[in-house]
Amino acid sequence: MIPLSYYLSLSAVLFTIGVAGVLTRRNAIIVFMSIELMLNSVNLALVGFSSFLGDVRGQILVFFVMAVAASEAAVGLAIIIALFRNKQTVNIDEINIMKW
Amino acid sequence: MVTRRNPVMGVLFLIVNFFCLSVLYLTLHAQFIAVIQILVYAGAIMVLFLFVIMLLDLGEETRFAGKGRFRKIPAVALAATVLVEILLTVGVLGTPAGQSERSVEIGTVEFVGHALYTGYLLPFEITSLLLLAAMVGIIVLAKKKLGSS
Repeated sequence: MIPLSYYLSLSAVLFTIGVAGVLTRRNAIIVFMSIELMLNSVNLALVGFSSFLGDVRGQILVFFVMAVAASEAAVGLAIIIALFRNKQTVNIDEINIMKW
Repeated sequence: MVTRRNPVMGVLFLIVNFFCLSVLYLTLHAQFIAVIQILVYAGAIMVLFLFVIMLLDLGEETRFAGKGRFRKIPAVALAATVLVEILLTVGVLGTPAGQSERSVEIGTVEFVGHALYTGYLLPFEITSLLLLAAMVGIIVLAKKKLGSS
């Protein structure tokens, strides 16, 4: 039997890797992948709590998080394609048209 | 994943990660979530990522000289702070000792589906609306301008 704190620690480590990826990488697609990783780590924590507390609501929430993540990824990639068509780059340092 | 400079390698490592997470869900008796994880994440989302990366033909990320290197130190420090905070929270809060005896029962497709279609019917329908809106938005964003062909 694996204790819940192991699952939560793994979830924290995955979330941290995601945060580090968002903060350090300059490629917009990899930043998106890091966000997916963070969503997944939260899912792991939710499923862990759901299983250990015997409550189905955690898994329901994971289902909704997955639906939102799917649509978010699709819309984000469409935005990246539109950006690439206009600026010929996905480097987020060179995309500063919304900077005041 | 975040250390690879080639995005395709990053995607492949992320798929491996999703499969490992799916196995972890199985150890938590959440069969439905495990199957959905492989189908939706490894099957659909990562194929989309891979497709976009191949479509854009990026090659390797350019490395920044000078100021870019020093920006990574505060970023990693910030990430480490987040890790320490979460681990402290996990350590301070007491966690349940063992898995609930209901965990085998509630992870099945039948139980999750029953909860989804009775108590959470309205959020479920709103999710379908969200997916529809996302689909329309993607088509608008990704298509070429009219007339420019």
